[in-house]
Amino acid sequence: MSSHFLGNSCLIENVYIASAGLTAGMVEAQGPLGQKFDKTYEDHYCGEDSFEKGERKMLQDALNFCLQKAKKKDKDIDLYIGSDLLNQNVTVSYLMRNIARPAFNVYGACSGFALSNALAALLIEGQCIDNVVTLVSSHNATAERQYRFPVEYGIQKKDTTTFTATGAVATLLTNKPTNIKVESITLGRIIDYKQNDPNDMGRAMAPAAYDTLMTHFHDLNRGFDDYDQVVTGDLSQYGHELLKEMLAQKKIYPKNYDDCGCLLYDIHNQDVFQGGSGCACSALVSMSYFYEKLLNKEMKRVLIVSTGALLSPMMTFQKETIPCVAHAISLEVVE
Amino acid sequence: MNYLLAFLFSGFVCLIAQLIYEKTKLTPGHICSLFVVIGSFLDLFHIYDQLVKIFHAGALIPITSFGHSLMHGAMAATQQYGIFGIAMGMFDLTAAGISAAILFSFLVAIIFKPKS
Repeated sequence: MSSHFLGNSCLIENVYIASAGLTAGMVEAQGPLGQKFDKTYEDHYCGEDSFEKGERKMLQDALNFCLQKAKKKDKDIDLYIGSDLLNQNVTVSYLMRNIARPAFNVYGACSGFALSNALAALLIEGQCIDNVVTLVSSHNATAERQYRFPVEYGIQKKDTTTFTATGAVATLLTNKPTNIKVESITLGRIIDYKQNDPNDMGRAMAPAAYDTLMTHFHDLNRGFDDYDQVVTGDLSQYGHELLKEMLAQKKIYPKNYDDCGCLLYDIHNQDVFQGGSGCACSALVSMSYFYEKLLNKEMKRVLIVSTGALLSPMMTFQKETIPCVAHAISLEVVE
Repeated sequence: MNYLLAFLFSGFVCLIAQLIYEKTKLTPGHICSLFVVIGSFLDLFHIYDQLVKIFHAGALIPITSFGHSLMHGAMAATQQYGIFGIAMGMFDLTAAGISAAILFSFLVAIIFKPKS
């Protein structure tokens, strides 16, 4: 066990990804990655009678696929770490009522994917536990209702808006070697660039993504060239451009940088404004597209920087700005 | 001619609202309240009454007319009851509109389920 913290980052040696289950909503199903999900649904209710129950159903299905692929039962898992966007993390809590195993709820807004997996990696690396399932979900109708306006209110969206992805991802991390490992993590700092428009999350989060990226490169003495691909979670078009501008000021012009919000949808033909956002956005893209590339050995190492706008409607009503955070996790093929 | 005038005025009000929405950070709620206040202010010197005479439905349909009606109701009751009339008569003329909004929302909520 040689791993230790270098600044805000940590090299991880004994944490592997055993399986992942992915479910997604109808808009994601029509997107370029639509065929890669285990299950997609025809509407936002997912066969339930409310949007919140629909989100829970998606997460339950994702968990079932994940456990099924790894041939595990839900009782075999030491710990569940779940992250969703709703108040009091209700999606995860209500799902975990049915599974009599320890569960943590963590909240990092849309950075939930990297946050929960980073925590899981640290716990496994520290030999505290053997396996962890991380649960991540977001749902367009429930998140819009909570953070902006209910979808049925039919408000005109501004151009800067991002589209909350509907989907759920369950990932099983273990200390038993598999083909893909968690290679390093960087824990993000909370950054506030005094942006207060809840309809322009991408540009609010870009500085946080920049900070985490630079910290990661500095701590581990790396650069963009050390990765086949670097992706941010859900900056979407405007945020993506802003981050590129920030990098350009440091004379960094990466060719292998993209954003999950732009990859999840066909932005020009689908009605998703600036692109995707939400916990599920980075999770779906990472665990479908990049996971597959790693499994096929088309890529060796990818860095995923999940970004989260820690926005609360109550605080925006009080004219507060929006603090943001980004956590990074890198995945690597085991040789 | 009346149709055209109504169309032009109502469209003009909507155009201003859309411009405010796109160029500022105000929400539709802010804009709606703002227009109600403007409508009631325009009752000063009966400006809005003149507008209604010229543009007919064009001036009665937008939300500004709601403010104008609030003011009219309040003023009418003031003549009868003095200062307390402001509170007593405020919703006299708009009661039908408010009740209809509540009733129809209720009916629609019973029949339909929101799609995504």
